Amino acid sequence: MTVKMDTKEALNTQERKKMGRFGADLKKARGFALGLLIPFILLVVWEATVRFNWVDAYVFPAPTIILQKIVELAQEGTLWGHVGITFFRVIIGFLAGTIAAVVLGSIVGYFKWFEQLMDPLLQAFRSIPSLAWVPLFILWMGIGEPSKVMLIAVGVFFPIYLNIVSGIQGVDRKLIEVGKIYHFTPLQIVRRIIFPASLPSFLVGLRSGVGLGWMFVVAAELMGASQGLGYLLVVGQNTYSPELIIASIILFALLGKATDSLLKTLEARALKWQDNLQNQ
Amino acid sequence: MLEVKQATRTFNDGLAGFKNISFSIQEGETVGILGTSGCGKSTLLRVLSGLDQNFEGAIEIAGLGEQPIGMIFQEPRLMPWLTVKENILFGVKETKRKQVNIQDYLDLVGLSDFGDYYPKDLSGGMAQRTAIARALIGQPDVLLLDEPFSALDAFTKMQLQDLLLKIQKKRLTTMVIVTHDIDEALYLCDRIFILGGQPGTLQAQLPIETAKPRDRGDSFLAAKKADILALLHIEKVVG
Ligand SMILES: Nc1ncnc2c1ncn2[C@@H]1O[C@H](COP(=O)(O)OP(=O)(O)OP(=O)(O)O)[C@@H](O)[C@H]1O
Ligand SMILES: [Mg+2]
Repeated sequence: MTVKMDTKEALNTQERKKMGRFGADLKKARGFALGLLIPFILLVVWEATVRFNWVDAYVFPAPTIILQKIVELAQEGTLWGHVGITFFRVIIGFLAGTIAAVVLGSIVGYFKWFEQLMDPLLQAFRSIPSLAWVPLFILWMGIGEPSKVMLIAVGVFFPIYLNIVSGIQGVDRKLIEVGKIYHFTPLQIVRRIIFPASLPSFLVGLRSGVGLGWMFVVAAELMGASQGLGYLLVVGQNTYSPELIIASIILFALLGKATDSLLKTLEARALKWQDNLQNQ
Repeated sequence: MLEVKQATRTFNDGLAGFKNISFSIQEGETVGILGTSGCGKSTLLRVLSGLDQNFEGAIEIAGLGEQPIGMIFQEPRLMPWLTVKENILFGVKETKRKQVNIQDYLDLVGLSDFGDYYPKDLSGGMAQRTAIARALIGQPDVLLLDEPFSALDAFTKMQLQDLLLKIQKKRLTTMVIVTHDIDEALYLCDRIFILGGQPGTLQAQLPIETAKPRDRGDSFLAAKKADILALLHIEKVVG
C-alpha cells in the first residue's frame, strides 16, 4: 500500500518537474530581459548625451567610441596579449593561493592542535591589508611576475582558507559517526564524509577568492607592468584617453564575470544534492 | 555472546546517562529496551556500538565476523550528497559492491523506484527506511536499533517489523532494539529490559517466551503489556 502510493507520488513529481522546467525557463528568460532593461536605457542616454555634445567626449567618451577602441586593440593584435597576461597572472596566483589554502586549511580544520598552533599567526596576517605587502614583495622579488603572482595568491588565500576551516569544523559529528560504525580509517572518513560535506563551503571560498584575485591583479599591474589590462589603465591615464580606461574596465568586468559564472556552474553541478531554495 | 558488566556512562556529574548496568545476551537473541525519555537508552547503544569509549565497566562481544556491528540511529543520518542507492551502499567495501544486489534491498524497504533520489527529496519515513536498508545490507552479527520505526506509519512499521523477524531467523542476528512502542517490543523481543531513573539503571528484565511469529492480539502479550506499564509507572498517570 505504501509502496504503491510512493510510486504514484514519484510519477507526479516527475511530470511536474518537466512542466516546471519549461515554466522556469520562461521565467528565467523574462528575469534576464528585465535585468538588461536599465543598462540598455543607460547606454542609450549616455550615447545621446555625448552625441548632442552635452558632455565633452574627451572626458566622457560615448559607448560606441569605447567599443571602437576595443575593436581597434583587437585588430592591432595587442588586446590578446594584454588580456592573456592578466588572465595568466590571475590563474597562477589563484592556483597558488588555493593550493596553499587547501593544504593549510585542511590541516587546521582537522587537527585541533594544529589550529591552536597556526591560527593565531594566520589571523594576525589576515588583519594586515593585503596591499600593504606590495612594497615588501617588490623589494624581495623585484617588479617582475613573481611579486605580482605572490600578491594575488595572498589575496586569494584568505577567503578560501577561512571557508575550508569553517567547512571542515562544521561537518556534522553524527555523519562522522556513521563512518565510525563501519570502521572507516581516518583517511576514508576524510575522503568520504568530511570532504564532500565541506565542499559547499569550499566552493563559496573559491568564488570569493577568484573575485579577490581580479581585484589584486589590478593592484599588481598598477604598481608596474609593461603589459596587461591594469597596464592599459595606466597608459590611459598618462595619455589622457578615458576610452582606453573604460575599455579595460569593461574587459575586467567581462573576465571577472566569466570566471565567476564558470565557478557558479561548477558549484551548481557539484551541489545539486543541496537542500536549498535554488534546488527546489 | 554480548556480555555487559557493571557498565556506567554518565554526564553532568553523574546526573544523566546510565549506571551499573549488567546483562548478557545470547547469540541470536532479540532484546528490547524500554524506558522513559532521557534515561540513557541511546547512550547505552552508543556505548555498545563502540562509538562512545568513555565508559566504566566491561563489555565483551564474542565470535564476530568482518562487519560485527550494525546500527540504526534515532535519526536517518544519510549523506545528503549521495543518492538513496549510494547511501545504502555507503558501508559496503568498494570491492564487494558488485556482489550485492542493491535492488533487493530497495524492494525490501519499499523504495524500489527511489534509488536515484537525493535525501532532500525524501519524506522522513523514506529517509529512515533508507537508513534501515543501509544497516541491513552489511549483514551485521549484532544489530543495534534506536527507535528505528518511530517515524513510520503503522502499516509500514508492521511490514518492517516482520522484515526484522525474517532476517533474524535467517541470519541469527543478535538484536538490541530501543523503542517507546511496547507492542513492538512484545512482538519482536525474547527479553525486554526496563530502564529507569536519572541516571538510568536496569530495573527489570522480562522474558517473553511465546514462540515467534506472534499474534499481535495475543492475550498473553496483553497481560505482559500490563506488567510493563506497571513497571514504567504509566498506569498511575493514566488512571
Ligand atoms: N554527549 C552528551 N553530553 C552531555 N549529556 C548527554 C550527552 N549525551 C546524552 N546526554 C544526556 O544523557 C541523558 C540520556 O540521553 P539519551 O539520549 O541516552 O536518552 P534516551 O533514553 O535515548 O532518550 P529518548 O528516549 O528521548 O531518546 C540525557 O539527559 C542527555 O541530556
Ligand atoms: Mg534516544
